[in-house]
Amino acid sequence: MNLWKSSLSVVASSVSVLAVSTLVNAAEPKVDYQKELPAAPEGQVSFEPPQERDIPDNQYGDMVRQGRDLFVNTQQLRGENVFNGQNCVNCHLDAGRLASSAPMWAAFGMYPAYRGKNDKVNTLSERIQGCFTYSMNGIPPESGDGTLVAMETYFHWLSTGAPINQALPGRGYVKLEKPEGGYDRERGGKLYTAQCAVCHGDDGNGQQVAGQVVFPPLWGDGAYNWGAGMHRVNTAAGFIKANMPLGKPNSLSDQDAWDLAAFVNSHERPQDPRRRNQDSLDSTAKTFHNHDGFYGKELNGKRMGDHDNYGENPGATSK
Amino acid sequence: MSKTTRASLFLFASIVMLNTGVAVAAGDTARGETIATQGNGAGALACVTCHGPDGKGNSAAGFPDIAGLNAGYFGKQLHDYANGARKNPIMQPFASALSESDIQAVAAYYQSLASPVSPVLQQTPDPDNQGEWLAMRGDWDNDIPACNQCHGPNGMGVGDSFPALSGQHASYLKAQLIAWRTGSRDNDPNQLMKGIAERLSEQQISAITEYYATLPEQLSVQAKAKESR
Repeated sequence: MNLWKSSLSVVASSVSVLAVSTLVNAAEPKVDYQKELPAAPEGQVSFEPPQERDIPDNQYGDMVRQGRDLFVNTQQLRGENVFNGQNCVNCHLDAGRLASSAPMWAAFGMYPAYRGKNDKVNTLSERIQGCFTYSMNGIPPESGDGTLVAMETYFHWLSTGAPINQALPGRGYVKLEKPEGGYDRERGGKLYTAQCAVCHGDDGNGQQVAGQVVFPPLWGDGAYNWGAGMHRVNTAAGFIKANMPLGKPNSLSDQDAWDLAAFVNSHERPQDPRRRNQDSLDSTAKTFHNHDGFYGKELNGKRMGDHDNYGENPGATSK
Repeated sequence: MSKTTRASLFLFASIVMLNTGVAVAAGDTARGETIATQGNGAGALACVTCHGPDGKGNSAAGFPDIAGLNAGYFGKQLHDYANGARKNPIMQPFASALSESDIQAVAAYYQSLASPVSPVLQQTPDPDNQGEWLAMRGDWDNDIPACNQCHGPNGMGVGDSFPALSGQHASYLKAQLIAWRTGSRDNDPNQLMKGIAERLSEQQISAITEYYATLPEQLSVQAKAKESR
């Protein structure tokens, strides 16, 4: 029901965007879909989430543990809410605890918040639903669903003692200045072969063993879709710089991180689900993709995102 | 049949053969077994002399368990022993005495043996069990990812580059971690192990190596407990 309502509102808001842009014509779009998270405040990361041995032994604690288990093994929702090969913990390392890896304790207190992505004030539930829609190429659990309750309880516990509505050092990913000479996919490709392929594979498919994803896919059907924040070159560069390769954080130069991010994100991936409510690739790109990314751009004679491959996702209606 | 057709047919056939070879393991398993049990007659002693009839190695002597080891990883280690990229006075002469096809054959044979790897059970690590916690969650305050993040669930090994740890002798695992730390072993891809070994404390090294050495037993106890429930 909620899902239906939210897709209705997406339709409604895209209709109104179209109406606005038709009416105002060449004027600036009223809705800023591109607004990104501000840079985390400078300074030493001082917040420490509680230790897992201190999760209380009661109903609340049980829900915390359930949320943590979903967070580290999100593949248990494969085919239900998750339609690619990702786990939350792939991008939020150490079970969502690690600074500069978009830790949950720095996110929890920042919601509800206005998000340009869907042009409204989002609750934490809605924000997590967004992760399911884009990063997990999935169908989000409905508001109030046990999965969301468990995840929110886990984040709440991780944030024990954290201030509300105050950005903390360590929030999100690091913001890297764009190099003066820009970035270079080809240079990134060479680096990828040397530094990343040992885990993620030359084909970007990652690696599985005994049916479990060990190294996540970076492009192709198993990867985050064209609507996920990680498909933006700047976002991926910030993640890579501080976190990749595993065990060697900050070993790559800023330029390397940008080049790698550009290489990885210049590959095809499941379609942006907002494309379903748009007339064309052009309108989707124009409305949602005025940022550092390759969606809608022509590379090697082919436009990125010019397809109707939504990966394994059967579409919200066929749930 | 024209020369070019024949040539391209031959090319096609060899590609097919290559592909099949890669899918299984490139070497001749029967030949590998002969080398393992009798040596290659050209200077390489029988592997079983030190690694035992079943390839399970010897804990006291620090000879690793090589049964079920990934053939790609196995072959790379033999090459590295031969060319000095991995230094070991015992293995160096034997590895040097093996031809390329011998190496592939031995690697294929050992991969075909029963692996120490146990079935995957979903389990939650205990924060008070240091070895288990390191294996499954790491020590991120010291930039140490969980071992299983690269070596796979239950340290069962992933592909050519991340060998199985489960069931490996603690003595061998410990010696390798110390070798990476001191720099006497440095044939890991992109020095991925070096930094991690340097950041592990003595105490953590003991805990993690004991954990993996005894993991197959721990898992079978868990599995039995689950059955009897």
